[in-house]
Amino acid sequence: MNQDQLNFIFIGITFAVYVTIALRSRAGSTKEYYTAGGGVSPLANGMATAADWMSAATFISMAGGIAASGYDASRFLMGWTGGFVLLTVLMVPYLRKFGKATVPDFLGDRYYSKLARGVGVVCAIFICMTYIMGQMNGVGVVFSQLFGISLTKGVLIGGTIVFFYAGLGGMKGITYTQVAQYCVMAFAYTIPAIFIAIAMTNNVIPQLGLIGEYTAGAGDPVPFLEKLNTINTDLGFSRFTDGKMSTIDMFCVTAALMFGTAGLPHVIVRFFTVKNVKAVRKSACWTLLFIAVIYLTAPTIGAFARVNLIESLHNTSYKEAPAWLGNFEETGQMAWVDKNGDGKIQYFGPEKLDENNKKYGSNKVFQAKKPIYPPEETPTGQLIGVHGERLLAVKADMSNPNELWFGKDIMVMANPQMAGLPKWVIALLMAGCIAAALSTAAGLLLVLSTSISHDLMKNIIKPDLSDKEEVRYARIASFVALSVAAWFGINPPSTFIAETVALAFGLAASSFFPTLLMGIFSKRVNKEGAIAGMVCGIGFTIGYIVYFQFLDGPKDQLLLGISPAGIGFVGMLINFTVTFIVSAFTPAPPKEVQDMVESIHIPSDAGDASH
Amino acid sequence: MKIDHPRAHRRACLRLVLILLAIWFSVSLGCGVLFRDWLDLNMPNVGTAPFGFWMAQQGSIISFLLILFVYAWRMNKLDAKHGYADEDE
Repeated sequence: MNQDQLNFIFIGITFAVYVTIALRSRAGSTKEYYTAGGGVSPLANGMATAADWMSAATFISMAGGIAASGYDASRFLMGWTGGFVLLTVLMVPYLRKFGKATVPDFLGDRYYSKLARGVGVVCAIFICMTYIMGQMNGVGVVFSQLFGISLTKGVLIGGTIVFFYAGLGGMKGITYTQVAQYCVMAFAYTIPAIFIAIAMTNNVIPQLGLIGEYTAGAGDPVPFLEKLNTINTDLGFSRFTDGKMSTIDMFCVTAALMFGTAGLPHVIVRFFTVKNVKAVRKSACWTLLFIAVIYLTAPTIGAFARVNLIESLHNTSYKEAPAWLGNFEETGQMAWVDKNGDGKIQYFGPEKLDENNKKYGSNKVFQAKKPIYPPEETPTGQLIGVHGERLLAVKADMSNPNELWFGKDIMVMANPQMAGLPKWVIALLMAGCIAAALSTAAGLLLVLSTSISHDLMKNIIKPDLSDKEEVRYARIASFVALSVAAWFGINPPSTFIAETVALAFGLAASSFFPTLLMGIFSKRVNKEGAIAGMVCGIGFTIGYIVYFQFLDGPKDQLLLGISPAGIGFVGMLINFTVTFIVSAFTPAPPKEVQDMVESIHIPSDAGDASH
Repeated sequence: MKIDHPRAHRRACLRLVLILLAIWFSVSLGCGVLFRDWLDLNMPNVGTAPFGFWMAQQGSIISFLLILFVYAWRMNKLDAKHGYADEDE
């Protein structure tokens, strides 16, 4: 049986399972649609939240990021898991006690104004849109890899599936499907890692392999990370265990990811599905445990993949290169330009020294961000090179000797092939990638559509909306949202999925996190302060991101060298400051709101989450 | 039995949260980012990995998990002590 057939079988089986579950646990009421009826067990909710949380970015991109940038990628590891701690100890138990279905609901009541609710809705839409774009791009990468089609087609196919799938079950359907998806993801992620750990480091546990010794090569075993550092420096990359980012930038990006995580609406609403505050705490422990299984494995996959890639390609002649190289060229995820005409693949970093001991300063393979290929109808001689490689339509960048280009996102998917693992492991991994993208996209889509139908239509524009109409608006909203997301998935603002997603966290950090936090812990903060704070925080952050990410603002204008992904941290500080100052000069909130703040700190009698 | 001690309960909870957040900060942004270089040089390696690097990629996540377990356990005890214990789910 060949690889394609196996892939289809694995994905087919998992899809059948998801659809069966979604159909069987279809929502019967709007309450079930929004919060699954509030009776999900902590363990099941933990798994579902972990699946919701672990997006295509985590699953596909993170290990690739670690492989490419070593220590620097720790920002994603610490940021996302660390944010979860904040979420658990500062946010969800109190919001669960408050007992409404959405985050703008809380903002609207706590800040006793429709405007606050409205600003909350707008922020939620912005955050979810940015986030879902990354997912769509991820879905596209997987599908194009799987069926050997273009990214555009991949995104469209993925988008269609997500739409039908998320429309099926509401929160209840999604919850139980996500449980199944988590199981697929966990196996798909850890099994290849274990195989490779055994092959490379003679260790069954990948985490021990990472801090163990490299035993695969000829000669004596060397410490694995030492080996990786040597490989990196030999080829002109910075040491794997050192970073290239400045400490302040690293700090800000990590912090923005942490505080952003704590303000992510689609994760917060997941905790409205359990019974009471005690169950929330228990569920959070489970969630982080399930997340940690994957997060602790990611660094090992990244590190192993890098060694594997370089060992199998660098200084290998193209004709003898492993077959997967050709497969990835086919889908445009890898490219090789034989600059020196020796028929061998050379891979170098920007710090490679030339004959005069000067750094090349760049390792661009060609003069474009991504490989561009000649149209299909060109004669074969211009499509395939003398060694059988796929030719590009862009000029080679001859100023440096690096000949190999690859998309960072392929690391996880290519890893088992690179390590020569059994075919069923690769098929399992493909199913896992799709599960990751689908589960997060479905969760996000639900929040997006509820924000529009429930918070915007029902509570602000048309209060007499019937339940049926509300669900119809939710469907329309999810269709529109998905179309926009698909467009951005095809034309992503950043080529690296995790980078796109990191922007969403910046937005959440600068808007929801401070406003929710102060709403929970301060009785004095009022609506004027909260609204001004949110607007200033997210406004500043969006402005900064747009200027530097989309309008190509020059790097030397960056505030203290903080990259756009980290600016959410500064936006958060601005939000806090503005809120405090404005609140101090305006009247305190009414008595009943102050009583409400008092009451959400009392954990018992959480009651049902209503909408 | 329900005794109402909202204020004492809240203060105790807040203290617990602040202590845990201090640990949270020092294991992640502290060990993993701010003092990483110093720790790499001056602390014993974890296996063959430099200490700061290991904290950033593995240790912090393990610590987070422990923090949450402690949180759930202590908070439930605090609730019980102040008479807010929910009947078990």
